[in-house]
Amino acid sequence: MAAMFFMVTMALYFAATVSFLAYLLWPSDALSKASLGMTAVGFAAHTIALVARMVGTADVSPPGFHEALSFFSWMLILVFLAVEFRHRLHVLGSFIVPLALVSLVSAAALPETAPTLSPVFRTLWVHVTLSMLGTVGFAIAFVAGLMYLIQDRLLKSKRFNVLYSKLPALDFLDHLNQQSIVMGFPLLTLGIITGALSAEFSRGSYLSWNPEQTWALVTWVFYFAVLLGRLTVGWRAKRAAYLTIIGFAGVILTLIGVVLKGHGPVS
Amino acid sequence: MHIVVVGLSHKTAPVEIREKLAIPESRMGEALARLCSYQGVREGILLSTCNRVEVYAVVDEIEGGYGRIQEFLADAHLSLSSEQLTPHLYWHQGDRAISHLFRVASSLDSMIVGESQILGQIKDAFEIALTHKSTGIILNKVVKKAISVAKRVRTETKIAEMAVSVSYAAVELAKKIFSDLSEKTVLLVGAGEMAKLAARHFIASGVRHVRVTTRNPQHGMELADRFGGTAVPFEQFREDMASADIVLVSTGAAHYLVSEDDVQRSVKQRMNRPMFLIDISVPRNIDPAVRHVDNAFLFDIDDLKARVEQNRGGRLLEAEKAEQMVVDEVGIVRQWLQSLEVTPTIMALRTKADEIKRAEVEKTLGRLANLSESERELVEAMASSIVNKLIHNTMVTLKTEVNSSDGAAFVEAARRFFSLGDAAGSSVNGSAVESHIQSREETTPKAGAKTPDR
Repeated sequence: MAAMFFMVTMALYFAATVSFLAYLLWPSDALSKASLGMTAVGFAAHTIALVARMVGTADVSPPGFHEALSFFSWMLILVFLAVEFRHRLHVLGSFIVPLALVSLVSAAALPETAPTLSPVFRTLWVHVTLSMLGTVGFAIAFVAGLMYLIQDRLLKSKRFNVLYSKLPALDFLDHLNQQSIVMGFPLLTLGIITGALSAEFSRGSYLSWNPEQTWALVTWVFYFAVLLGRLTVGWRAKRAAYLTIIGFAGVILTLIGVVLKGHGPVS
Repeated sequence: MHIVVVGLSHKTAPVEIREKLAIPESRMGEALARLCSYQGVREGILLSTCNRVEVYAVVDEIEGGYGRIQEFLADAHLSLSSEQLTPHLYWHQGDRAISHLFRVASSLDSMIVGESQILGQIKDAFEIALTHKSTGIILNKVVKKAISVAKRVRTETKIAEMAVSVSYAAVELAKKIFSDLSEKTVLLVGAGEMAKLAARHFIASGVRHVRVTTRNPQHGMELADRFGGTAVPFEQFREDMASADIVLVSTGAAHYLVSEDDVQRSVKQRMNRPMFLIDISVPRNIDPAVRHVDNAFLFDIDDLKARVEQNRGGRLLEAEKAEQMVVDEVGIVRQWLQSLEVTPTIMALRTKADEIKRAEVEKTLGRLANLSESERELVEAMASSIVNKLIHNTMVTLKTEVNSSDGAAFVEAARRFFSLGDAAGSSVNGSAVESHIQSREETTPKAGAKTPDR
C-alpha cells in the first residue's frame, strides 16, 4: 500500500510541478488553484505512504537515503503549505514543488532500506531527522535566495513581467531567507551532535574525519558564518541570497557524494 | 493662418532629450518672445513639463511654421541640432493640432492616462503666455476650450478615478521592495508637485516616517509640518539618506544632487538593507550610475511610465468616451474658427456698402439743394434700402454656408465679388482679426481658384 501511495504522490507532484512552472509564465488563477490542489492531495498521499510504511515495518529498520529523501520531500511540502496558508504565496510552489519532486524521484531510485549496520537505530533516526530538518531550512533559504535574485534582477532591469508581479517583496524574501537559516542552523547543529553520538556508539569515536563528516562540518561552519555575517556586518539581501545558494549547493554535493559511496546511513 | 503644434513627449523622446529641451519657468518669457519673433509666427504658447515639450502656434503658413518652430526648439540647447530632433518630433495642424491639445489637457496623452497635473500645467502655461502677450484671439479661445474640455472629461468619465498616477506607480514599486511600508521612512528631497503627491500616496499606504528637505528651510519646515514629518537641512540630506528607505527626489536643480558614491555609502551604512530611490525630476537629479549599486533601486520618470504603461487595460473604455468628447469639442472649435473667418468678411462687406451709400447720398444731395428735410430723409432711406437688399442675401448665405465644408470658399468668393481686399474698417475683432484677414489676402489667389465650381 505504501508503495502505491508513494507512486501516486510522485505522479501528483510531477503534475503539480508542470502546472506550477506554467503558472510562472501565465497570469492564471485556475493554474495556481490546480497546482495547489494537486500538491495538497499529493502531500496527503505521501503522508499516508509514510505512515503505512512506519506501521508496516514494525521492526525498526535504520533509515536509509530513501527514507531520508522521502522525509525531506515531505517536510519541504509541509513548510510550503504552511507558508502558503499564511501568506498566500503561490509562486513559492513553483520553486519548492520541483525541488520536492526531485528529492522524491531520487528517493525512488534508491533501495528502500539500507543493509543493517548497527544496532543503534533510535539514535540514527533522531540524527537523520534532525539533519534533514536542518537541510529543509537550508532548502527554503535557497529557494528564497533564488527568488530574491530573480526579483532583484527584474527590478534592476525594470522588466515588469508576469514573474515580477507574482514574486513577493524583496524584504519578505530576505526575511524568509533569514528565518530559514535561523531555524535550520540549530537543527543541523543538533543533527551533527546526534550523528557524532551515534558514531561514538557504533564506531567508538565521535569524529573519524571521513569526507562526509568533514563536509558536514564545513557546511556547519559555512552556515554559521552566513548567520553571523548577517547579524554583525550586514550580509543580507543580495549577498545572503548568493551565500545561501552556494551553501545549499554544497549540501547537495555532500549528499550526492555520500550516496555515490553507497555508505548506507547518513553520517 | 493655421494652428500648428510641434513637440515631443514621453511617447516619442527619451528623458535625455526631454531634459535638454525643458524650459524652466524663469526663462519662459524670453523663450516666448523668441518664438514670436520668428517671421510668420503670430501667436504662441509653450508647454514644458517633465513629460513633454510642445509649442502651439498660429502661423501664416504651415510648412514654414513647422520649420521655424523646430529651429526654435533646437535652439533651446547648444548640443542639439534641428536634425537630431526630427525623429522625436511630431507635427500637427488644424483640427489635429486642436485635437492634440484637447487630448493632452484631458490627460489622454499622458504617461498616466487620467492624471490631473497636466491640466494645471496647461493653465500655468496659458497664464504665462497671457502675461507675455504671446497669444491672440485664436489660441486664447482654443486653450480656454481645452481647459473646459479637460474639466468635462474629468467630470463626465471615470478616467481620473481609474488612473494610476506616476506617484502611485512609485508606491506600487516600493511594495515590491518592502512588504510593509508602515515601518519605512520616506525622505522627500525638493518640493516638486509630483513628489508631494507621491509622498501623500506613501502616507496613505501606511508610511509613518517622513523626512523633508528643501533648499528653502522655511518651505521645508512647512512641508514637514504638513506631512507630520521632520525637516532635514538641505546641506545634510546626503548624510541623512542612510536613515531613509525610500528617497523621493524632485527638485528644479539642473544637475545631479545624488551621486553613485552617496548611495553606495548609504547602503553600506544601512548594512545592505535595500533602498528605493525615485527620481521624478527632469532634468534628473540622481546620477543614473546609481543603478549599479547593489541593493539600491533607482527609478526615474521613464521607468515609472513603463510600469504604468502596463496597467492601462481597465481605463481604455473610459478613455474611449473621453476621446469621443474630444472629437465633439474639436468640431465646435472648428465651427468657431470658421465663423471667425466669415465675421470680418461680413463686417467688411457691411462697411463697404455703407461707405458707397454715404458717398453717393452726399453727392446726390449736394446737387439737390432745394429738398426739404423729409425729402432728404427719403432719399437717404431709399439708398439704404437698395444697399441692404443688395447685400442681404450675400450675408445670409455666408452665415449659413460658413459651417459647410465649403465655407471658406464662400467667404473667398464674397471677398472677390465685392473687392474686399483691403479689409478696411473691420475693427470688430481687434488687431488679431485684421492681421488674419490680411494674411488671408496674401494667400487668396490659389484658394480662390477653386470657387467658381459652385
